This record gives sequence, structure tokens and C-alpha cells, in this order.
Amino acid sequence: MATNTMTTQQTQPPITDKEAVQRRHRFLAWQRGTEQVVVRIFLIAMCLIFLAPLYWMFVTALKTTPELSVFPPTFWPTSVQWGNFWTAVNYIPFGIYFWNSLIISLMKVLGAVLSNMLVAYGFSCINWPGRDKVFYIVIATLFLPFPVAMIPLFDLFATLKWVDSALPLVVPTFFASAFNVFLLRQFLLQIPRELMEAARIDGASELQILWRVVFPLSLPAIGVISIFTAVDSWKDFMGPLIYIQNDFYRTLSVGLQFFRSTHDIQFNLLMAASFLTVLPLIVLFLIFQRFFVRGMTIGSIR
Amino acid sequence: MIAVKKQQLTKKERANLVKGLLFISPWIIGFLVFNVYPTVYSIILSFVRYSGFQPPVWLGLQNYQRMFTDDLFWQSLYNTLYYAVFAVPIGIVVAIILAIAMNRNVKEVGIYRAAIYMPSIIPPFALALTYIVLINPQYGLFTYVLSLLGLPPTDYLSDPTSAKNVIISLAQFGAGGTALIFLAGMRGIPQTLYDAARIDGANRLQCFFRITLPLLSPVILFALITGLTGAMQVFDPAFIITGGGPNNGTMFFIFYLYDNAFRYAQLGYASALALVLFLIGLALALLIYRVSQRYVNYELVS
Repeated sequence: MATNTMTTQQTQPPITDKEAVQRRHRFLAWQRGTEQVVVRIFLIAMCLIFLAPLYWMFVTALKTTPELSVFPPTFWPTSVQWGNFWTAVNYIPFGIYFWNSLIISLMKVLGAVLSNMLVAYGFSCINWPGRDKVFYIVIATLFLPFPVAMIPLFDLFATLKWVDSALPLVVPTFFASAFNVFLLRQFLLQIPRELMEAARIDGASELQILWRVVFPLSLPAIGVISIFTAVDSWKDFMGPLIYIQNDFYRTLSVGLQFFRSTHDIQFNLLMAASFLTVLPLIVLFLIFQRFFVRGMTIGSIR
Repeated sequence: MIAVKKQQLTKKERANLVKGLLFISPWIIGFLVFNVYPTVYSIILSFVRYSGFQPPVWLGLQNYQRMFTDDLFWQSLYNTLYYAVFAVPIGIVVAIILAIAMNRNVKEVGIYRAAIYMPSIIPPFALALTYIVLINPQYGLFTYVLSLLGLPPTDYLSDPTSAKNVIISLAQFGAGGTALIFLAGMRGIPQTLYDAARIDGANRLQCFFRITLPLLSPVILFALITGLTGAMQVFDPAFIITGGGPNNGTMFFIFYLYDNAFRYAQLGYASALALVLFLIGLALALLIYRVSQRYVNYELVS
């Protein structure tokens, strides 16, 4: 490109610097403009692909049963069946599944916030000998996969007669998780020590400092932990599959699959139920988008 | 060891030690009950025959020897490695491409980012149920799109390899989450590096391969190892869409482990499988880590 401008300068009457600069600017602006168009087209195409399953879930939920087997498939139902949602909720024991999922998720959030907050405080705000060495053990447990613990824990919970209840799913969250402790500790280490020291001099106990000083300051991190715990709980398939056999205690994840495999169910109803299952997560995401993004990126920074 | 140390500790240090241990006590209990105990118990179980009802019978190494002649063990291992070898690298490439596009300064990028991230919060079980509708060979959306490209309708779930590919393609809908991590990494690269490269006459492609990729390499390594860990445990979609078929083509390792533990009540053999999976996962992660040290650039991180 540099040689190009040189040759034009030689053959044509010399142009002033100002004109060349302007032309260059116009070229750059044009280049930027086309690039933006290309990037936009690509991103819109990607959005269409990534949203396709969700859209298809929704559209299928609104179709009549005969319309399910039309080819080519209709992108919008010829007659919209909003009633499918109502039918699905009554046909499948959706209310029970939903309630179970909700209670388990909320209990897990409570457990995760309480226990991880205490433990992270112990690993960051109190200076005790050997603290950082013990923290290495916490990190090491990050690499222990769930399947190794799965069978012994099932045996343990069976002995305790906890199978067929929410306890095997909920109770472990009250004993902190390595990842959440790690994440919270990173956050607590950034809180100025002076705030805690001042409270200590005023005679506040550690629990008071945790509750009055540290907790209010760490709400962003607690938000991330709460949301990810809730979403993970809602997504969990294997846990409920192993521990819950009684239909009355099933969560949405296993409940829908179980219902499909044991009953003759039309896919419009199944998609209606699936969409209602996903809906709370979408709402949560749209409200707390910032927490989701922060949570994703925090995980990668070590 | 702690007892010896205690004598040298001052009164304040000792008070802090007690306080610190009290605060982290939920983790200590959790560590012992949910990490140490299951791991030790798993190792013991892997040497016995145990159904959960009758007292265990000592088998020595028989559970491990059995794997060598167990066709389904090799089949499930092959399926899992096939899945990991394709799903993880494809996922990373897709995520990098998405991150590059999202890193261009398009005004409404927030909308695209939200839309592309959205499937990451959809529970895999719900995505799997939707997939059954999407890829239906008679009237699925996927079949229709392929027919527009001139491809005949195919039942992708009737062939062991294409059924695995279906599950690999499903996993790609989670790329939005990884893309966010890469995007954060790209935003962390100083603009001055690109400016300097431009002045030296580097083009876009050179900038990407000489600046972006090397400086992003720690994040790529992170995504590779976490992706691998997840891929070794793939279960939900296979359980829901194919039930392990056809011809055990989607009988993944965890699925086989689950069957042994909870369908055939062979807790001993299943424990041996779990430990083997853990060791394979660990070996692969270490291999990737070792090989990557030649390529990973930590300059920006440190």
C-alpha cells in the first residue's frame, strides 16, 4: 500500500498532505464501516443458531399435536395453543417437581452462602499460623471429581436413611465447596484490613465483624455464588437421579425425563413443561446478567 | 506437629488459631466426610464385590483385571475419549471465534453477548429434550435445514458414530460461556501491543497469531483442562437422548459406571471404574499441562 501511494505521487500532479490525509481517513472509516457490517452479520447469524433450541422449544410448545408432524416444520404455529402450557402443567405433576426444585435450590443457596462465607472469612480475615498451607488442601480438592465420591456417598446416605429426600442434595452445601471458598477468599482479601482492625479495637467479635463489616462489602461476590449455586442446582440431573426414586420428591430435571419414559406424552406438552422449567433461569439471567458475566470471568482468573 | 508448634505460639496467635479453625470447621468436616472418607472407601470398595445389601467379599485385583476383558469398558472409554477429542477443541475454537467477533466494537454487542450466552444457562436435560425434537428425521428443524442444503433426511441416532456427533454438537451450545472467558482475556491485552505491531506493518492475521493467541494461551489452557474434566463426565444428554445406544455407541464412561453401580448393584466394580476414570483424567490433564508449558505464555498474567 505504501508503494502504491508513492507511484501515484510520481505520475500525478503532487497532492497536498492535507488531501492525502483526508483520503486516508475516509478509507479507514469505510474499512471500519464494512468491518462492522461483516461482524454484525456474523454475530446475528450466531445469535440465531444459539437461540434456535430455545425458540424451537417455545414454538413446539405452542403447536397442536397434528402440527408437530408437518414437514417442512412451521416456524410459527398456524393456530397458537397457549392452553398447552396449562394442559402440560396438569398432565405432568409439574407443580410438585417445580416446588421440589425450588426448595432444593433455595436451601442450597442458603447453605452455600452461610458455609462459604464463614470458611472464606477464616481463610482470609483471621491471621492464624498454617492458614495458607491448609488453603492448598482446599485447592487440591478442586481436582477430585464427583464420580469418585459418588458410590461411597450413596452408601453413606443410604445407611443414614436419607435416600428419597432432599437431604443428600442439600446437606453437603452446608459444608462449603472448594471453588466457592476460593472465589470468596479472593474477594475478601481485597477488603481493607483497617476496617476489620478498627472493629476489633472497638471490641467487636469476629462474628460481628463478619456480619457487620465484611458481609455488606462482599455482596457482589455473594450474589455470584448465590446465582451459580441456584442455576447449578436447577440443572443438576445426576444428583436427583441417584438419590431420589420416589416421584413425590423428584425435581424438574429427573421428573420430566422420568415422566417421558413412563408415560405416553406428546412433544408439544413436554416442550411446554421444559420451557416453563427454563423460564425462571431466563428471568434470573435477564435481571442479574451482570452477575452471570462476572461469575464466568472470575473463574478463569487464577 | 501442631502440639509442638503450640508451645512457640504467643497467646494471641493461639487465640487466632482457635478462631481460624472454628471458622473453617464447616470445611474441615466437609473435607473429611465428602472428600477423604469417600476416596478411601472407594479404594477399598474397588477390591471387593459388594451389592449394598450383602456383606462385601474380598476380590483383590479382580475388579481391575475384569476391565481388560470387559468389552463394554473399552467401548465406553473409546466413546468418552472420542467425545472429548472432538467436543473440547471444537468448543474452544468456536468460543475463540465468538470472542473475536464480540471484541469488535459493535455498539449493540451486549444483546449479542446475552443471546449467545443464553444457552449456557439452559439445563442440559432441557436442551437434550429439545434436541430430540430438533433432529427428528421426519419433521425436525435440523432435518429441514439440511434438506435445504440438499442432504437427505437421516436418523442420526441410528448410527453409533453419528449419535456421538449429535451429542458433541449439543455441547457446542455451551460455547457462549467459554467465549465470555476468552473475551475477558482479550480485553486484558494492552492495546499498545497492537498499535506497535501495526506500525511495524503486521496485518490482522499476524496480530492474532503473534499477539492475541500467545497472550490468551493461559486462558486456553484453563478452558482445555476444565473442558476435558467435564467431557470425561459427560452423561445427561446420552441418558436422555439415546439411553446409551445405538449399539452402545453413546455408552459413555460415567454412564457405564452409573449402570454398574445403580442398575446392576456392582458397587465394587463401579468403584474401580471411578478410580480408573480419575487416573485417566489426571494423566490427561498432566499431559496437556506438560505439553502446554512449551507454548503457554504467562508474561501478561505475572
